[in-house]
Amino acid sequence: MSDTTFAPTYGPVAIPVRELLPWAIFAGLMLMLMIYFVGAEEGATSLIRGTMVHEFVHDGRHLLGFPCH
Amino acid sequence: MVGKLLLRGMLVGLVAGILAFAFARVYGEPQVDKAIAFEEQQAQAAGEAPEPEMVSRATQAGIGLATGVLVYGAALGGLFSLVFAYAYGRLGSLGPRGTSALLALLGFLAVIVVPSLKYPANPPAVGNPETIAYRTELFFIMIVISIAAMVAAVGLAQRLWSRLGAWNASIVAGLAFIVVFALVKAALPDINEVPENFSATVLWQFRVASLGIQLVLWTVVGLGFGAVVERVVAVRDQRGSARRYA
Repeated sequence: MSDTTFAPTYGPVAIPVRELLPWAIFAGLMLMLMIYFVGAEEGATSLIRGTMVHEFVHDGRHLLGFPCH
Repeated sequence: MVGKLLLRGMLVGLVAGILAFAFARVYGEPQVDKAIAFEEQQAQAAGEAPEPEMVSRATQAGIGLATGVLVYGAALGGLFSLVFAYAYGRLGSLGPRGTSALLALLGFLAVIVVPSLKYPANPPAVGNPETIAYRTELFFIMIVISIAAMVAAVGLAQRLWSRLGAWNASIVAGLAFIVVFALVKAALPDINEVPENFSATVLWQFRVASLGIQLVLWTVVGLGFGAVVERVVAVRDQRGSARRYA
């Protein structure tokens, strides 16, 4: 590590798509589910009964710009 | 490599969420409170029974707001890291910090600023509960179109790069993006459900606060992510080029 410089003379190396794809699909889905629960659950659509999730994240949902009520 | 980026992205997003929560507490909550006071006043004037409070206001404005913003921040940071993993090395010769900052700027424009010009954030008391499905649908359609237009604009800039140079290629792509947005803005239906005597000041300040929260999130993610991945990315680049030139 001691020979690592931060004024590199080599160029950026892209990550191959086949290495990225499984991450993009599984992690991407999980992360979007997180945003869904903050932004839309018990609003237009509902996976869990009631309105507890909606009420709990209510202020965040408004302030983050999601349609609410 | 992608796992390392993802973990760092989510952590930076969490930090961004903490700062955004502080911002939201100071600048956002007073507007939410005023909007709720208006809502209650309207209900009272109409002779309606007050809505039962399932979650107290203190909880909503405290742990509830923190949960919402932190989960959102971590998810944003994670998604950002995945986009970075694809874009790095594919956007000219930009290094990790430059790529991260550029992606955050383009992302903030495409995901937040442009969609909110059409469908801005609304405080409580604004919005008819019966149209929530319709409004949510349009909101997400607008974001998807805006992201697609941004991806297309970046592709266009890259294609024109060798012929026009970086500056002119970017200006042409930017103009193309604006034209697409103008057409979409005209084509999609407007939504205006602001009650007649709702305070214009509260509405304005709420929307500025909402945009400010997003600006804090995207700035911290864009600048912070580049800084924390610089070393891992540099080590990998060095190995990659060593292999290539061996």
